[in-house]
Amino acid sequence: MKHLLSMDDLDREQIETILERASSFAEVSRREIKKVPTLRGQTVVTLFYESSTRTSSSFELAAKRLSADVVSVKASGSSVDKGESLKDTVETLSSYDPAAIVLRHPHAGSSKMLTGWVDASVINAGDGMHQHPSQALLDIFALRERIGSLEGANIWIVGDVLHSRVARSNIHGFQRMGASVTVAGPPTLIPRGIEATGCEVRYSLDEIDSADVIYLLRMQNERMGENFVPSIREYARLFQVNSRRLGPRQLVMHPGPVNRGVEISSDVLDSGQSLISEQVASGLVVRMAILYELLTGNENTRSDSSPDGPVPIGEPA
Amino acid sequence: MNTGPETVSQPLPEPLVQRPGSQATLVIRGASVIDPVTGIDGVHDILIEDGTISEVAAAGSLADDGVEVVDGEGRHVFPAFFDPHVHLRTPGQEYKEDLETGSRAAAAGGYGGVLAMANTSPPVSSPADIDALRHRARSEASVPVGFLATVTRGMEGRELTDMAELREAGAVGFTDDGVPVTNPGILRRALQYQAMCGGRIALHEEDPDLSAGGSMHEGEVSMELGLRGVPSITESVMITRDAAIAGYEGGAIQIQHLSAIESIEAVRRARADGVDITCEVTPHHLCLTDEAVRELDPSRHKMNPPLRSEDDRQALIGALLDGTIDCIATDHAPHAVEEKEVPYEAAMMGVTGLETAFSALYTELVLPGTIPLPLLVEKLGCGGIPFGIEPFRIEAGRKASLCLIDLEAEWTVGENGYESRSRNSWCAGRQLTGRVLMTLAAGQVAYRLRSFSLGVA
Repeated sequence: MKHLLSMDDLDREQIETILERASSFAEVSRREIKKVPTLRGQTVVTLFYESSTRTSSSFELAAKRLSADVVSVKASGSSVDKGESLKDTVETLSSYDPAAIVLRHPHAGSSKMLTGWVDASVINAGDGMHQHPSQALLDIFALRERIGSLEGANIWIVGDVLHSRVARSNIHGFQRMGASVTVAGPPTLIPRGIEATGCEVRYSLDEIDSADVIYLLRMQNERMGENFVPSIREYARLFQVNSRRLGPRQLVMHPGPVNRGVEISSDVLDSGQSLISEQVASGLVVRMAILYELLTGNENTRSDSSPDGPVPIGEPA
Repeated sequence: MNTGPETVSQPLPEPLVQRPGSQATLVIRGASVIDPVTGIDGVHDILIEDGTISEVAAAGSLADDGVEVVDGEGRHVFPAFFDPHVHLRTPGQEYKEDLETGSRAAAAGGYGGVLAMANTSPPVSSPADIDALRHRARSEASVPVGFLATVTRGMEGRELTDMAELREAGAVGFTDDGVPVTNPGILRRALQYQAMCGGRIALHEEDPDLSAGGSMHEGEVSMELGLRGVPSITESVMITRDAAIAGYEGGAIQIQHLSAIESIEAVRRARADGVDITCEVTPHHLCLTDEAVRELDPSRHKMNPPLRSEDDRQALIGALLDGTIDCIATDHAPHAVEEKEVPYEAAMMGVTGLETAFSALYTELVLPGTIPLPLLVEKLGCGGIPFGIEPFRIEAGRKASLCLIDLEAEWTVGENGYESRSRNSWCAGRQLTGRVLMTLAAGQVAYRLRSFSLGVA
């Protein structure tokens, strides 16, 4: 595996490999010295054309924990502001000979385009409304830590599915791990043809009791101008997950950032049924695992010396 | 075909203009000639003298007394094609294409004439704009070119252009192609005015509120790729509306680049109601579907209207076969590399098609037996009819506008570059069968494939 572009590209075995690697990094993260020398001397570029807190910080920290040199570029305040094209920016950054480029971009397929322009491994950290594979992987990781296996789990993805790259990645990811997926939301925010992915569609939360896990999506205020929902108030009344709707055995996830009081009530958010902080913590170790697999995985296969854990564990830099 | 009563007092100028050049004298020996208009279908010699076809005779019967002999054996001769929908980008966007490169691309595709759309920069909205373009075409165009003018000034959808004067200046028709005429009141006035000045109105049918933000066909693929979709009904609701207006006013309209089942049905209904409605389809809508968009390569697969479903594609082929669709038009839309080498959603819409239309359709539709060769030749040739321009014929006494094609030659599109200034061909990298070896346009040799050796007597 050279690039991570879409959950479509990953089979269950590859997902398992990354998750196992993440588990071993979780162990490293509990040590006093959390750094390993795996990527010493290598450069990781993160290039973010959209605002991000969790994804950009965790990729950056993940690369640093692996001892890589990290260059973080944000569109605002860079030459992108001056109208430089994606291709030219990427070619400029390529002169640092990066081992990996982590890209977030508002347009679908931008990461895929990069693979034609650079030698580096390309990691899609969100491309338009298309894919956000590292999010799906960390969600699967966090969920497995809590419930052991996704096999047979019933997962509902609720909210603005239409505009969500997270939904597009997670539907595939959850299904591949054996879960069944239902998407729910107002019909204006459920894309036509989504049944083709094998998920069920509901336009209400009437049957939400059947869910083991409720995965909430952010209701984006900027969608209001386009009449996707008549009002946030009505949306919250129909689709908010709150303590009245949530059963005692159900778990709640959310990719963040959260709109308290819109898609989720504060009491649910702050309850033990919420996995949100575990998701953020998983983000770091899963992204370490992704970098590890992409940047060292091939060499291990070649030398046939693939160890059970990261090679240099116990050798802090 | 009716383009409205001719009530403009003075005679209209010739619809097509080209660069003057030496008139060909040559004989094409032993080629299979197919001309759907004259009904010729057999092996013949064709003698062209001083740009005019002087004899179409039995194979081997024409002497080669000193004239250039073109070996037609095993090759085909068709009347040159005619494309009623191309973007030559002059004035203002010559970095994409101009009259010279665009007409050369046409000649390379076997075309003997094209009609240029008016969405240039600035748009072609005044008689002086038409004058200037026709003047330039007389020094730059290697095949005859006709020009359409905009329906509304600057394509802004608010005021009508001086349609009568534009016709007098040589506008063959009217179009705001690139954008729809959104205001039905404006379209109604234009169709009323057409009754006086003639000139079919070609319509890019798209409801902008339904298509807003979309970059591909709305369906399973757009759902998976997370690209905003353009639903099929975006096109058909406007066709239905505009056909009703045209029917009410007795106007003549051409529906451009039909893409969806619903649109075909709307055209059929309008025609059954007696509306003077004609329509075109592009080669890419006949050959590709939205599945191609999965590659997320805007250079080959992003255009408006978008590539639609396989059901739509099959319906378009059916409509071509049953005559619902009048002609094939490429919607040749050149764009610069930097406008296409960007993420799919950010890229300009449009693909080039002049150089590959015949070969692509021959490869994709004729060779598998989906449509017969004579029908393809006919539909590539009759695109001028809605604008009052008759198809070219292979007939003694006519100016020679014909193409010589090797139906067995295989080639890879783009391997030796393009005649067009742009390379956003939807066929880029494809292996096609059937290649244009030579094109004569209005008596001139407009194109010869460089590697094609001509035997000289």
